[in-house]
Amino acid sequence: MKLTDSLTAILILAICLIWLIADQGAAMQGINSAIRLMTPLLLACLAGLYSERAGVFDIGLEGKMLMAAFTAASVAFVTGSAWLGLVAGIGGAMAMSLVHGVASITFRGNQLISGVALNFLAAGLTVLIGQNAFALGGRTPPLAGDARFQPITLPFAPELRDVPVLGQLYSQLLSGHTILVYVALLAVPLTWWVLFRTRFGLRLRAVGENPASVDTAGISVTRLRFTAVMICGLLTGIAGAYLATGLSAGFVKDMTAGRGFIALAALIFAKWRPWQALFATFLFGLLEAIANLYPNLDLGLFTVPSQFMNALPYILTVIILAGFVGRAIPPRAGGEPYVKER
Amino acid sequence: MSLKTSLLAGVALTAFGAGAALADPALIYDLGGKFDKSFNEAAYMGAQRWVEETGGTYRELEMQSEAQREQALRRLAESGSNPIVMAGFAFGDVLGQVAPDYPDTKFAIIDMVVDQPNVQSIVFTEEQGSYLAGVMAGMASESGTVGFIGGMDIPLIHKFHCGFAQGFKSIQPEGNVLMNFTGTTPAAWNDPVRGGELARAQISQGADVIYAAAGGTGIGVLQAAADEGILSIGVDSNQNALHPGQVLTSMVKRVDNAVFEAFTAGTDLEPGIRVMDLAAGGVDVAIDENNAELVTDEMQAAVEEARAAIASGEVTVHDYMTDNTCPAS
Repeated sequence: MKLTDSLTAILILAICLIWLIADQGAAMQGINSAIRLMTPLLLACLAGLYSERAGVFDIGLEGKMLMAAFTAASVAFVTGSAWLGLVAGIGGAMAMSLVHGVASITFRGNQLISGVALNFLAAGLTVLIGQNAFALGGRTPPLAGDARFQPITLPFAPELRDVPVLGQLYSQLLSGHTILVYVALLAVPLTWWVLFRTRFGLRLRAVGENPASVDTAGISVTRLRFTAVMICGLLTGIAGAYLATGLSAGFVKDMTAGRGFIALAALIFAKWRPWQALFATFLFGLLEAIANLYPNLDLGLFTVPSQFMNALPYILTVIILAGFVGRAIPPRAGGEPYVKER
Repeated sequence: MSLKTSLLAGVALTAFGAGAALADPALIYDLGGKFDKSFNEAAYMGAQRWVEETGGTYRELEMQSEAQREQALRRLAESGSNPIVMAGFAFGDVLGQVAPDYPDTKFAIIDMVVDQPNVQSIVFTEEQGSYLAGVMAGMASESGTVGFIGGMDIPLIHKFHCGFAQGFKSIQPEGNVLMNFTGTTPAAWNDPVRGGELARAQISQGADVIYAAAGGTGIGVLQAAADEGILSIGVDSNQNALHPGQVLTSMVKRVDNAVFEAFTAGTDLEPGIRVMDLAAGGVDVAIDENNAELVTDEMQAAVEEARAAIASGEVTVHDYMTDNTCPAS
């Protein structure tokens, strides 16, 4: 169990250190880019973590993010406020979550099929409504000013700019992102605390492993699972809003571009644990940032094409799944609708 | 009796009317969707212009998935539409199989060459338009480094890059052209987030003009360029208005003219290859009130000079797709 974690940490540190030594300016740029690219993955990964820990598989993360990106961009454009857009994005994703919950918890439908259906629904519905509302081919008009989340400078960042190492890391890497990045980073310890230090978290994990025992203890399985699925909607909502109003300025059809699935891969990579989710998504973001900066990475002995870098998250996940390095064991009751009596 | 005759006549008339309607032209849009503010929408605009000028009607279909292509083509051909114009290179293989089955129907395909006796292949010399864009980038760039961001990694998009690089090098022979592709799947056309990150990566390497030939991904590129205060170049349709004063120009591809002319020719559509080049007004760089301040007199002169040189054959812009190599990279 510990082996994969330390290997991941060593890999991240090695990449960052070698890069910083080789070309500090580019590395600072790249790590900044990695943090931006990590954020939607991290939020979606934590969203999936809540849902799957409670025993509800969710391959509809992609669709929820897409819906959230659309509602966030639309409302932000109409109202001119990124915050109202964020609320709308969360609302859009939670509405999708509700459908998933009703289909797979209340009516005990197949969770995978419900997830796939939601992905299709989001892909179609966003373009249809978008075209009707804005007549831009499913796009929303570009957002400007307060309709977007602007980068914020953390306190004391300019003053600490010249302090070696720690000051530089703080002012150049940690500072200067939009607020949603910090929300995502804070969600990691919060998730850890909720899952492993609260009664709610214990019950949530139990309902994903053995719902019958939770039921025997007199706790509603249905309510617990619905709560988890709605938290999933909340987090994917923030992720979608970040894509549309933080990273870019507006919605473009299918703009999630598979990030929901990479988040699922990261969830397996992290073995359904919050801190590891942070490492996994940061590693994936780092790989994408490297591929962006060096389309053909020349390592002296051989050249690594960017396609390989982009495929690496999936390759790493398959290696973990196959059990070469550690093993990924999903929650035991995952994917099974709970039936009280037979 | 008279009632019956008039009824019969009515039926005959309706049948005749339907027959006439069936000879209408048809237009098929590719996966990007009809209102993509780019390629497909340009095709739609051309068809609409034909409607306004002739008062005719046409049929249209929008692709939703790869699997529909053959079915759509056959359905239109069997219902008697003529000519059938399709926007997009992806129809190439399917049209090659379908066209021989309907020898009396004329087809026109944009961006692809299909060698059949009843097919007109409309190709644009994107390398010439991109060359002019490269000339403008060469005049505008102060750092000597410019960037190119493509959508899906296919030869057609390399053609844009190659023309752009040649134009840029004609002004700044020692300059540097960065090149990135968004991906290798169709998802690469709709990933503005990665487009923005690619643009930032190029900016960190010194690029101060970035040319995006990447569909919806380009929206993110233009946005990132505007946010970081550098210039960008749009593609296909005129994107200067997206960020007035921050988009240097757009390499416009007059798909609308191609569709309009094919519809006007009707069933007399000439088979063979039709080249929409700079001289024929097929490609150009867009200059309007949104970028007027960015285009200096010297820049304008350089563009006109390059245009004349290409027209006279003095400068030959290499087409990447002829041998899959680029002399200027």
